[in-house]
Amino acid sequence: MSRSANNALLFAAMAVLLMLVGAMQSWNVALAILNMCLISAIMTLGVNIQWGYAGLFNAGVMGFTALGGLAAIVVSVAPVPAAWDAGGARAILGLLAGLATIAGGIWLWKKLPVPRTARIWLTVLLAVSGYGLMRLILDPAVDAIEAVEPAMTGFLGGFGLPIMFSWIVGGIFAAIVAWAIGKVALGLRSDYLAIATLGISEIIIYFLKNEDWLTRGVKNVNGLPRPVPYEIDLQEALWLHDLAAWVGIPVVEASSLIVKLNYAALFLVVLIAIFWLSERALKSPWGRMMRAIRDNEIAAGAMGKNVTGRHLQVFVLGSAVIGLAGAMLATLDGQFTPASYQPLRFTFLVWVMVIVGGSGNNLGSILGGFVIWFFWIEAEPIGLALMNFVTSGMALDSPLRLHLLENAAHTRLMTMGLVLLLVLRFSPRGLIPEVKR
Amino acid sequence: MLIDFLNALALIGNFVLVPGIAYGSQLALGALGVTMVYAVLRFSNFAHGETMSFGAMVTILVTWVLQARGIGLGPLPTALLALPIGMLATISLCVATDRLVYRYYREKKAVPVTYLIVSVGVLFFLSGLIRFIIGPKDQVFADGQRFIMKARAFKEMTGLDQGLAIKTSQGVTVISAIVIVALLFWFLNRTRTGKSMRAYSDNEDLALLSGINPERVVLITWIITGALAAIAGTLYGLDKGYKPFTYLGLVLPIFASAIVGGVGNPLGAIAGGFVIAFSELLVTFAYKRVVGYLTPGDWVPDGLVQLLSTDYKLAVSFFILVIVLLIKPTGIFSGKTL
Repeated sequence: MSRSANNALLFAAMAVLLMLVGAMQSWNVALAILNMCLISAIMTLGVNIQWGYAGLFNAGVMGFTALGGLAAIVVSVAPVPAAWDAGGARAILGLLAGLATIAGGIWLWKKLPVPRTARIWLTVLLAVSGYGLMRLILDPAVDAIEAVEPAMTGFLGGFGLPIMFSWIVGGIFAAIVAWAIGKVALGLRSDYLAIATLGISEIIIYFLKNEDWLTRGVKNVNGLPRPVPYEIDLQEALWLHDLAAWVGIPVVEASSLIVKLNYAALFLVVLIAIFWLSERALKSPWGRMMRAIRDNEIAAGAMGKNVTGRHLQVFVLGSAVIGLAGAMLATLDGQFTPASYQPLRFTFLVWVMVIVGGSGNNLGSILGGFVIWFFWIEAEPIGLALMNFVTSGMALDSPLRLHLLENAAHTRLMTMGLVLLLVLRFSPRGLIPEVKR
Repeated sequence: MLIDFLNALALIGNFVLVPGIAYGSQLALGALGVTMVYAVLRFSNFAHGETMSFGAMVTILVTWVLQARGIGLGPLPTALLALPIGMLATISLCVATDRLVYRYYREKKAVPVTYLIVSVGVLFFLSGLIRFIIGPKDQVFADGQRFIMKARAFKEMTGLDQGLAIKTSQGVTVISAIVIVALLFWFLNRTRTGKSMRAYSDNEDLALLSGINPERVVLITWIITGALAAIAGTLYGLDKGYKPFTYLGLVLPIFASAIVGGVGNPLGAIAGGFVIAFSELLVTFAYKRVVGYLTPGDWVPDGLVQLLSTDYKLAVSFFILVIVLLIKPTGIFSGKTL
């Protein structure tokens, strides 16, 4: 069977699975899964750019995703004028002081013509005093902003722009942070990048949870504006009543299906665009160079390729794609909840998707995003059904039975681990292997 | 004057020194496990946090059985009695994982990053298994006497205003850490097997030529790692309460400890553990009352005089990690050998 026929078959099987859910559970559930599959596929494309093209292990997917969520707030939420009056200018001044400290520190570190030990101490001195200055300016502003109607706002709000802009801004936020991490951790041993990114992603989450003046922290930002119509408005439209009657479903269900289809269309456009760009990049001389670096850094370096520079470039690009997907995720949820970001779900699950789908192959990554997300959601009902079957012989109030049923949901973590280990062992190239060129 | 100074000292002792020594010992034990795996098997084991959690879980289950039968250690926590079984279970888990999972990649001479991804698979599986067996909620299993020294007893003894409390779990942590580390160093430096492990870690090919059996070295490494993980996990759980998801968060400070000290170097792992623990506490401690005591008169600062909010504890270990990576990537004790 030819390669493309094989791929078509795999995607067709995926479509059949989604349709089965539509027919057996509900079309609303099927579309909800599809939307998350599309977002997951964009995330896996981002990770695949880093891992599949260049062999960089990024353990900070969660952090870049959350930065996308931050972009959704900053771009779309209406500004809070009272908070801006209370401390907006001062907060910006404080942040500028912080940025100046960092810039000054880097300049001292790199350019100052003094011995190494003196340089270290001078940099430390500058960092500490600059940090103190920033806190001195920022702290009163933060208190003032957070005191503005804390139950309703208590933060600066955003720019009140259409939320679709945040998808690009999310990419930019992630790219900036990725550049900073890459500057530090790339060029060191490969494990260091993994540990550094794992760390920065946790810190980003802590930052988002605690800087209430910017994100409302654990109070969450609800009701982000939508790029698609609201169900309530749709339900008042006459054409929807006609359509629902024609298909034979209740109007409420029809409205929510149409909203989900709208999202799916938007996400699909982004996915196709990124897929097309990634494929172009992979087939270009740039992609060839990246693979050369991945497969043999020393040889590529000897051929005059700037290995660290290319790594930085590809790391920033991949992270930007992840940030974009993060902003899309916040858009779909309609809210930003920093506490919901967990490394297992947002970092390591995406890794399972990439490995299972086929690292180095963009189509494979997309398929991996679909398959793994599908089973991540459906493992719960399947696991519960399985446990019901296993325990059907036991007494209804047997403690073992109750325990098994209560904890059945956790089997999906085990399943994912098992799937990853089995794929790595028996089919390390994934469902759709990388094409040898 | 002197009284004020002593009060300030007691304050720092109570909130920084005592918790720091206990937390540092826990991190050091965790980092020793990571560093052993790194030195011999040459990969960063992301699943180490879950391995610790597994050991603590088994210990907790056994503790419950013992508590139900009324068996205890008097003032000491019953968990100490259950710990050997937890260690055995964790050792079996490590050896089984090696046989079923890691050995295949060793034979294939896989690159380190492949091991890293494999360890992510193990991490997933273990975290699911742990939540499946014990559930995702908090578990309380500490019993016995809560304090070695209560704050009030200290106040009465010294006549100071500030109390200094030492929890039993903190005392147990420090004493077990000292014993374990002493045993480990005796093993690595004095016994034939320990020396063969160090030789293997130093230069694999040379060790093979000298007739060292690599599979045996790997087996012993996993046995030590499993035992260390179970002890570290249980001690951490005793001190701070057991909650499955916190152990994934421990991976970062543990890796930071190992790298700061010099990854692959046991001495470095211990030093790194204490560096990370004390930096976390010193940076997030509110110095308000200390400043109040040290300045003349009754003046107390308005703010908390805190460098960083306690919520950013984790950021501290990360920043130290970054600084070490920038200035001395090999760590305090230049690492990479056992």
